[in-house]
Amino acid sequence: MNYLLRRLLAVIPVLAVVAVIVFLLLRLAPGDPAVIIAGDTASAEDIEHIRQTLGLNRPVVEQFVGWIGQILRGDLGTSVFTGMPVAEMIRQRVEPTLWISALTMAFAVVFAVPMGIIAAWKAGTWVDRAVSGLAVAAFSLPVFVIGYGLVYGFSTQLDWFPVQGFKSLSDGFVPFIRHLALPVISGGLIYMALLARMTRSTMLEVLAQDYIRTARAKGLSSQRLLLRHALKNAAVPIVTTIGLGIAMLLSGVIVTESVFAIPGIGRLTVDSILRRDYPVIQGIVLVTATAYVLINLITDLLYGLFDPRIRY
Amino acid sequence: MRLPLPFRARPLAAAFFSLAALAAQAGFASTLHMIPQGDLKILDPIQNPSYITRNHGYMIYDTLFAQNAKGIIKPQMVDSWKVSADKKTWSFKLRDGLKWSDGTPVTAADCVASLKRWGARDVSGRLLFAAVGEIKASDAANFTIVLKSAFGPVLEMLGKPSSNVPFMMPERIAATDPNEQIKDTVGSGPFIFKRDEWVPGSKVVYIKNPNYVPRKEPADGLAGGKLVKVDRVEWNYIPDQNTALAAFKKGEMDIYELPPADFIPVLSADASIKLATDPLGDQGWLRPNHLAAPFDNPKARQALYYLVNQGEYMAAAGFPEAYRHKPCMAYFMCGSVNESFAGSAPYAGGKDIEKAKKLLQEAGYKGEKIVVLTPSEPPVQAAAAMVTVQNLKKAGVNVDAQAMDWSTLLARRAKKDGWHIFHTYSVGTDVFSPAVNAYAQANCEKAPSGWPCDAKLEQLRAAWVAEGDAAKRKKITDELQARMYEVVPYVNFGQFFQPMAYRTNLTGVLSVGVPVMWNIEKK
Repeated sequence: MNYLLRRLLAVIPVLAVVAVIVFLLLRLAPGDPAVIIAGDTASAEDIEHIRQTLGLNRPVVEQFVGWIGQILRGDLGTSVFTGMPVAEMIRQRVEPTLWISALTMAFAVVFAVPMGIIAAWKAGTWVDRAVSGLAVAAFSLPVFVIGYGLVYGFSTQLDWFPVQGFKSLSDGFVPFIRHLALPVISGGLIYMALLARMTRSTMLEVLAQDYIRTARAKGLSSQRLLLRHALKNAAVPIVTTIGLGIAMLLSGVIVTESVFAIPGIGRLTVDSILRRDYPVIQGIVLVTATAYVLINLITDLLYGLFDPRIRY
Repeated sequence: MRLPLPFRARPLAAAFFSLAALAAQAGFASTLHMIPQGDLKILDPIQNPSYITRNHGYMIYDTLFAQNAKGIIKPQMVDSWKVSADKKTWSFKLRDGLKWSDGTPVTAADCVASLKRWGARDVSGRLLFAAVGEIKASDAANFTIVLKSAFGPVLEMLGKPSSNVPFMMPERIAATDPNEQIKDTVGSGPFIFKRDEWVPGSKVVYIKNPNYVPRKEPADGLAGGKLVKVDRVEWNYIPDQNTALAAFKKGEMDIYELPPADFIPVLSADASIKLATDPLGDQGWLRPNHLAAPFDNPKARQALYYLVNQGEYMAAAGFPEAYRHKPCMAYFMCGSVNESFAGSAPYAGGKDIEKAKKLLQEAGYKGEKIVVLTPSEPPVQAAAAMVTVQNLKKAGVNVDAQAMDWSTLLARRAKKDGWHIFHTYSVGTDVFSPAVNAYAQANCEKAPSGWPCDAKLEQLRAAWVAEGDAAKRKKITDELQARMYEVVPYVNFGQFFQPMAYRTNLTGVLSVGVPVMWNIEKK
């Protein structure tokens, strides 16, 4: 309990450092939202007027203090373009990103872990080589290439899935899954490859241990040996990879979201950066950083479940 | 012979997924889906002149006057108007029964407040309001504009078709500082904006405005009755153009507002798709920085004209022949009422690298670095920058082509130093007259980035807007254009037509340069 509390308290300085860095980086980067709002035909005077109404002419320190004050009151601020609260904009985008991330990781785990186990069990055979070949291929193909390929095959030619968009689960399970199938597969292949290779290598290491040889000598069935004795001991690096993968997915589904026009956090981040919507970028970075820290914490706590030697 | 398993499964799977698709689309037959040209992020068409915000304006607001398909100004919210003999007092009467989308009546006071806000922000509005002595509502339906100095195109300005369009808003909303974004979207246009369904960066939803009172005449350009024939309109922003094309060709979308030029052949070849173009088209601009040497010297700016072959720019941007205008030397658009070729004779021979070199030398150019702001997108600007860079190199110019995203370019060009050339383009309705063409301004600090400064050009612009007689105005247009070819506020790198694509199950689509959603039926 003390460990959990300590780790939760450690979030505060992490977020403070992130807040300072993101705020300063944005002010140092080229670009000015006032120029974009003023438009193509604006004079310098017009731009300055808009800068004043947005408060961008105030000293950077004053802007920073104002923003931190808002954060401490639980307010992430308001988009300088849409006029919408940043929290509301993030809330609109969380559902698609969470679903893509969760289903992508589920897809990867469901296929990768058995593939890795079988490849390790059949090490050196054609099965092992086939799994390794598939993993290398999936690893080497960029997500957007896989995405376009799937769209061409399954949407344009076969007409099985829509090309783009997102439907919430509340719109019905069938439209929900039809819109997510291709994004999940295209985004999941790379994680599947990563996990399959990680599972294979850690399983190979475990399968070479003395206690496995002893278990075999005792006549334990292959299934029991692999799943109960070997996999559990190989789980820590696999869980670490899954944890890192989820954290990466939360902010790294940008390509998938762009190819399939899914309104998730990744696209909101890119759009906000392109138009220099400072409050939105700052809000997303803070929320994402918090999610990273929490996922890392959950991953650490899971280690104890798989390896009783790990105690906090 | 039995089919291999994947082929036996395929018809079943196809049937399952097709049924699922039908189920998913049930109940949305009268929803019009459009892929807009960009992401609607700002809702105020007066504060922000971007075309996507202008298009949003046409959905939910109405105008006092509007251009028909022939470019003639017609009354829209106005029922009747009269002008005094000295052309100084203009009186307008609103149509009966006009209402805002919240059900309250439209009043003359609302229109006066809206015009004042527009006049404080728009290039043409500022010209008009510089001549306005008084503007006031005399009662709920009537208002008057009294001019203190002559101003010819009063109705043309009130019916200005493109950014910033003088849209009418309720007085309480129009009272907002013009540099601040409005927070309320009540309008008197044919649609209502569904704020609760708006997902910036993804989806904009409009529904029919039950309080809208259309004119009795049929729709004609931006004028006439704006009859809404669908229940709902969705703008689905798809940032990836390949995905947008696939979704449109598959029928998930009904209208593709601005497909990239290199998609035109693919779309033209599809029998289920039609392309509509604004007959006036767009004009590309190469804008030099008039404050940075050597382009502070008119000879260096004139040299740029000798580096331009309009066909090269159009080809680089990917426009098929049918979508390029023949080389056009009219600053105010070929095919417009203000078409003129005055002053262009020296450049009639086309690209001449040697002449360009000579003029650059005469301007005192000695091999200093010339910074060309080179965007990665949008495609027309990106391609144009590449062509200019190559031609400058051929003329022996020491070019520094600096690659950047469009937002960075906007910020860079707002600064008076550190750059020499950028490229942009504008729709013909924002170019076709000296009153609306912002880049034709030569009022130094008050001009957009590039800051041309020429008193004679400004005098001619002032004379143009003061003139009410069409024949006299034509003469001033010629003089003004001749002066523009001497001063070179910008170089016109070509006139082109960007089509809007729509599926053939739609009827009543209007080709007006703005993707208007009224008059369209979906079968």
